[in-house]
Amino acid sequence: IDMPVREALNQAIDEEMERDDAVYIMGEEVAQYQGAYKVTKGLYQKYGERRVIDTPITEMGFTGLAVGSAYKDLKPIVEFMTFNFSMQAIDQIVNSAAKQYYMSAGDISCPIVFRGANGIAAGVAAQHSQCFAAWYSSVPGLKVLAPYSSEDAKGLLKAAIRDPNPVVFLEQELLYGTPFPMSDEAQGKDFVIPIGEAKIEKEGSDVTIVTFSRGVGLSLEAAEELTKKGINAEVINLRTIRPLDRDTILSSIKKTGRVVTVEDGWPQCGVGAEIAAMCMEDDGVFDSLDAPVQRICGADVPMPYALNLEEAAVPQINDIVEACEKATYRGK
Amino acid sequence: MASATFNLEGTFKVHNLDTAPPTETTATEEELLDYFKTMYTMRRMEITCDNEYKARAIRGFCHLYDGQEAIATGINDAFTQEDSWITSYRCHCVALIRGGSVEKVLAELFGLQNGYTKGKGGSMHFYNKEHNFYGGQGIVGAQVPVGVGLAFANKYKTPEGEHMPVSLSAYGDGAANQGQIWEAANMAALWKLPAIFCCENNSYGMGTSVERHTSNPDGDYYKMGNAIPGVKIDGMNVLSVREGMKFVKEYCASGNGPIYVEMNTYRYHGHSMSDPGTTYRSRDEIAATRSARDPIEFVKKCLIENNMKDEGELKEIEKGIRKEVQKAAKAAKAGPIPPPEELYNYIYAEDGSKEKAEKQKFIRMPQYKNSVHNA
Repeated sequence: IDMPVREALNQAIDEEMERDDAVYIMGEEVAQYQGAYKVTKGLYQKYGERRVIDTPITEMGFTGLAVGSAYKDLKPIVEFMTFNFSMQAIDQIVNSAAKQYYMSAGDISCPIVFRGANGIAAGVAAQHSQCFAAWYSSVPGLKVLAPYSSEDAKGLLKAAIRDPNPVVFLEQELLYGTPFPMSDEAQGKDFVIPIGEAKIEKEGSDVTIVTFSRGVGLSLEAAEELTKKGINAEVINLRTIRPLDRDTILSSIKKTGRVVTVEDGWPQCGVGAEIAAMCMEDDGVFDSLDAPVQRICGADVPMPYALNLEEAAVPQINDIVEACEKATYRGK
Repeated sequence: MASATFNLEGTFKVHNLDTAPPTETTATEEELLDYFKTMYTMRRMEITCDNEYKARAIRGFCHLYDGQEAIATGINDAFTQEDSWITSYRCHCVALIRGGSVEKVLAELFGLQNGYTKGKGGSMHFYNKEHNFYGGQGIVGAQVPVGVGLAFANKYKTPEGEHMPVSLSAYGDGAANQGQIWEAANMAALWKLPAIFCCENNSYGMGTSVERHTSNPDGDYYKMGNAIPGVKIDGMNVLSVREGMKFVKEYCASGNGPIYVEMNTYRYHGHSMSDPGTTYRSRDEIAATRSARDPIEFVKKCLIENNMKDEGELKEIEKGIRKEVQKAAKAAKAGPIPPPEELYNYIYAEDGSKEKAEKQKFIRMPQYKNSVHNA
């Protein structure tokens, strides 16, 4: 069957709440309103106000509160209406959640999921359209996940909820309504995708495209175009941004000798920048490169509102095709 | 066992409350002696920190608690281990009283393997989950919503209608102005959480005095909750702290929601080791507090006036404790430095326990070639 990402997320939360009474969800409009993006639809009716909790619009307060409850072995899911608002609470995420296990030499772990819409959106301009993958992925102690498909969404969210560490779970608003096929296995209650493993979405031999979230869809479409041009691209869906699956990324690059990274976030200190650095640092990979690393990313500007400007600031399929042609010394 | 009755009149004020803590209590010789020994051990431990810091055996930030000992001691006596406690970076003495030892505290400050958190936390980061002590938190005010989360978990886990363990978030008068405290208090009141907001008002947020940092009338932080009730306690009187906190705990545990507590206290040292503590207050003020309000002198007076112990006997006990603290400092110092692999231990949990930290595939070190595989 096909299932939209929103429903897969809902199923993951529902199944994990059913499985474990310590799991609860908290955030703005998650209960009676059924979620700003309807990800929590029906959960309030099923689990009641003890476990599905509407909060005041006070991110720093409720994030800190949820972190404290995780110190005491509850397993909170904190929904940020969008990750833009997580900036109000970033101190609690970085300083109270991520570092606690280390600072206490293992005495106090913090099993918590911070989830919500991340990345670019449509026509909402600079403060509501940006990717925080690079920000959170630089923090030791956090795990950072970014699903693309419905199977990713369900399997990774269930893994995040079961993980005994703080997990930042970056959803993509533009994909919430997109239907993806769900295998029989993925529809089951035991379907969990391991954290830290990338997925090769399409095998290829000529160039490696490393990407995540919305970029996976763009890259798969670009790969189709490239096939017509006689270029066989391999597309890696990172799924986990921290810890990065170095083995999968580096062995693919060793195989193809060429790499293009694709993300919606900014270039400086971005996920693509990290992958480029990995290629430089690993002798085996550096020696096997046949072309410079190409990065496709969001333009280095705050997101503009006007449609034409927004399009110019966001990676397009054509950008990926051209970068792959350049990496393989074809085309212009 | 000798016991005596003590008058606590004038040591409490209440706000938005119909009841109040008792104005009289009894304490046994055993209890008072225990307070005296605990508080004097705290005092000597902090004085030792001061000396060791100046001798450069302790690094970084170091915030001392001397002068405020009655608060940790009185709260601990009113609480059980089931009750949770989280505090700021001025945490050495809470760590001591919640299952610690002088040696483990000092070893941590010396940055040694036998330290409370294996040399990873230092002065601001002590924890003991078994004793429901959650730090030791270094960001001013951030511990307060986290402490309300501990209260949330207590309510979540307690069957409805039953008494709940409480959670106390301690913070200084400087932190009391943080917006996130109001955010957390709003939710605590909305959801009737067993949360105690405990402001240890030692009159100065770093070097800014209460009059210069709050618009609260008379600098009174126990009224800060507006609709939330509050209790003001003489934080230099261990018996007031004990009785006040028993009252506050009962109020909270039985489902009335949160409560604000203000402990009036004084810190003898500057804000931190880099602060002589004399630019914004006078030496006379410090000396006057020491002679009129010292919390340890108060307990000694109780013991002597009620013929439980005489001056000479107390001197002997002091001598003994001084020696013990010295011995602990020496033992703490003699321990090993942390092994190098401690650097990358306990970044991720495997099952949430201390025993099983996650094995990390790759840890990038300052130099790539030194990176660690399968740590």
